[in-house]
Amino acid sequence: MAARGVGVRPISNTEVVTGQVEVQTAIEMASAAETARITATLIRITGDWSLAEDCLQDAFARALVDWPVRGIPTNRGAWLTTVAKNRAIDRLRSAASEKRAMRELAILTELEELPEEPGTDPAADDDRLRLIYTCCHPALPLDARVALTLRTVAGLTTGEIARAFLVSEATMSKRLVRARAKIRNSGIPYRVPPPELISERTAGILAVLYLMFNEGYSATGDSTLIREPLVREAIRLTRLLIVLLDNSPQEPEAIGLLALMLFHHARRATRTDAAGDLVTLEEQDRSSWDRAAIAEAMALLADAEQLGISRRSPPGTYSLQAAIAACHMTAPDAGSTDFGRVAALYDHLGQIAPSPVIELNRAVAVAMSQGPEAGLALIEPLERARALDGYYLLPAAKADLLRRLGRRTEAHSEYQRAQELAPSEVERRYLGKRLAETAPGASSAVNQNKCPKPGEGEE
Amino acid sequence: MEYMLFICADPSAPKYLAAEDNIEQWGAEMDARGVTRHGDRLRPVEDATTVAVRGGEVVVSDGPFAETKEWIAGYDIIACTDLDEAIEVASKHPMARFGKIEIRPVWPLGE
Repeated sequence: MAARGVGVRPISNTEVVTGQVEVQTAIEMASAAETARITATLIRITGDWSLAEDCLQDAFARALVDWPVRGIPTNRGAWLTTVAKNRAIDRLRSAASEKRAMRELAILTELEELPEEPGTDPAADDDRLRLIYTCCHPALPLDARVALTLRTVAGLTTGEIARAFLVSEATMSKRLVRARAKIRNSGIPYRVPPPELISERTAGILAVLYLMFNEGYSATGDSTLIREPLVREAIRLTRLLIVLLDNSPQEPEAIGLLALMLFHHARRATRTDAAGDLVTLEEQDRSSWDRAAIAEAMALLADAEQLGISRRSPPGTYSLQAAIAACHMTAPDAGSTDFGRVAALYDHLGQIAPSPVIELNRAVAVAMSQGPEAGLALIEPLERARALDGYYLLPAAKADLLRRLGRRTEAHSEYQRAQELAPSEVERRYLGKRLAETAPGASSAVNQNKCPKPGEGEE
Repeated sequence: MEYMLFICADPSAPKYLAAEDNIEQWGAEMDARGVTRHGDRLRPVEDATTVAVRGGEVVVSDGPFAETKEWIAGYDIIACTDLDEAIEVASKHPMARFGKIEIRPVWPLGE
């Protein structure tokens, strides 16, 4: 979007000049930049989520009619705040005139005194944080947390969110109405959590943002484009959260998450080939990776590590995953990846967040640095523990190690098992190729040093 | 806000240990904070009776109206500032460890 194209025009009542495209762009940019702040403030003052969202929606609707005629205002944030605020005052006045309840009068007074210039309201940052923490409250269902954050903090319309989640607008609208009702009825507080809860609740926000990202990122085929807003908004909201968490002990992990997202995002174009087939990390065309995104992610990761040390907050799961991604993303080719370091990082990750999937990833990294036998020795106990029963990447990883050891018959039957368990057509097709390569009588010119990384499929 | 805590038995929870049951300490803390309104244990489901009126007839039957593995073993009505406080109060209840607790906001008539 060309920010410079959006002219700052003097408001004049004779001119009818501003083009529809310019206005549309200006509204989209204002929505991304201002929604969270204005909604958050209106909710804080009125305590009414639907009122706040409706009034801002009305303000955008007015902008759509007004701006092409009168020109795009210089300060769009202030313009939108004024219109939304006046709309809220009107609605509350007509409702309050009957009862004149004290509480409503107090709300009206506070609304009338609300500063309109962005940056002049000292409570604005706190308001936005309050909004994010409330949208991500653990008492709300996870899908509702993601949807509510997109609607209220990011300012996406219900229709846009519905399309990104591949559900009907009516379904999404119901989900949002339910979530707002639960906030009100069950007494979910509208606030930044107190110190004893902040670490756990911030981890909850990061989980929502990462889920949002993955929902968009893992999309393949036709739905890729439709789900793109999820990726874009997850990255944008994580950037916003980092600004808001400035100087807090939670900041380094939020930076780590942003680095992780950017590392994934940098290789988005290379994850599938022209036919829509899955391309593993090892086989991706590294020259098509987004260098600028990688450089930013590397700088963020260094920041997260530095801040973590100075604030005495040890690296969390996202910073460690970002550090692992960095090993892959900075290697000129798959073979020169520092798999010893990858294995050590998975080991560290497994200590703070024990999980059989992490163990499996560690086994693969060990196989890459110490040889397939060492990897198999770690996979076998995992198989016996049965915690990964039904998870296709376990037989897939095992099959690759067996293939590299030349044990083709065993490899073939493990690929078969993996294919039966694979969750989507893309993965089944990928495993189909491997099956053909290890089939009895197939040429043995199989590339011996390629080994898909389990992390690939669970994104 | 008022909430009702349903203290539920949960067969999948860790085994009950009398030595780790600090219900009296919990009651004392919540009373002192002015949180608790009323609460008690409930006799087991074997002692339940279900009543319904159908076609003008009172139908009395034995047992609970729903057969579930998780059953309500007690209740507490608490008054808290918000859901976060209710979560904190519930999490300190010993049955949060030996069972589970459902928090339901009280819905006053006329609201």
